Amino acid sequence: MKRPEPVIQVKRRRDLALSVIVNQVPYIEFLGVSFDRHGDQLTATMAFHDDLIGNPALPALHGGATAAFLEVTAIIGLAWTSLWGEIEGESLDIEAVQTGVLALPKTIDFTVDYLRPGLPRDAYARARVNRSGRRYASVHVEAWQDNRDRLFAEASGHFLMPQRDG
Amino acid sequence: MKVEQLGEGRAVISMPYDTLLIGDPVTKVIHGGAVSALMDTAGGAAVVAHPLAGLGTATLDLRIDYMRPATPGQTITATAECYHVTRTVAFVRATACDADTDRPVATATGAFTVAKGRA
Repeated sequence: MKRPEPVIQVKRRRDLALSVIVNQVPYIEFLGVSFDRHGDQLTATMAFHDDLIGNPALPALHGGATAAFLEVTAIIGLAWTSLWGEIEGESLDIEAVQTGVLALPKTIDFTVDYLRPGLPRDAYARARVNRSGRRYASVHVEAWQDNRDRLFAEASGHFLMPQRDG
Repeated sequence: MKVEQLGEGRAVISMPYDTLLIGDPVTKVIHGGAVSALMDTAGGAAVVAHPLAGLGTATLDLRIDYMRPATPGQTITATAECYHVTRTVAFVRATACDADTDRPVATATGAFTVAKGRA
């Protein structure tokens, strides 16, 4: 029987694949979003900074910042989920990918529900891919701040999958 | 972002191209999230500019349809208008264009809260 791959090697491969996907997008850094990985589950964090405030009187997070955060989470979550099989099957040549870029899904439409005002602190979000076909995918995102059960925004969207190998 | 026009439930806001906003490293196209943020800003501004609405507003929901990628290097301009305003909710439509104003980059519809009216 084949011995299981050492855990360090598994983690290194997964983290490298994730960083390649995330680091190629300038807008993610601009927005101050980072991703934590546990197994195949990603949690996005939008670190609070004053530029994200929309209503200084409350103060509350800007709806645009919230929408952008959810859309970034959806796209990265979808790209990650669709590449997971290749990352695990070791068929993804990470060394080659590092020097190039990975095509990302494109947004067709995106609908955000603002459930309560965003507080001036870090926000978290997770995406769930509800359907992933060869051409189209449907993704749902939930965002919260202090309390996982009290979402401050949620969104769903449809995406066009990148066509690989022609 | 820059406010180009504001008044009577209508707002025009522009967002110049910036490499920091790139979402697709291959095509250099601006990230959809940045367009969403522009649409939300224009929508909120249109509500605040409406004579029946109060000074503040918050987005209840916003739906964006992406028609085509924005041309890299060009400023994106969003035009938002309140097409119906009640005592509590403002309904807004918005369109975003780059230099080619005949073919929108994206359209959006949203609902915004109306603070206690001035009227």
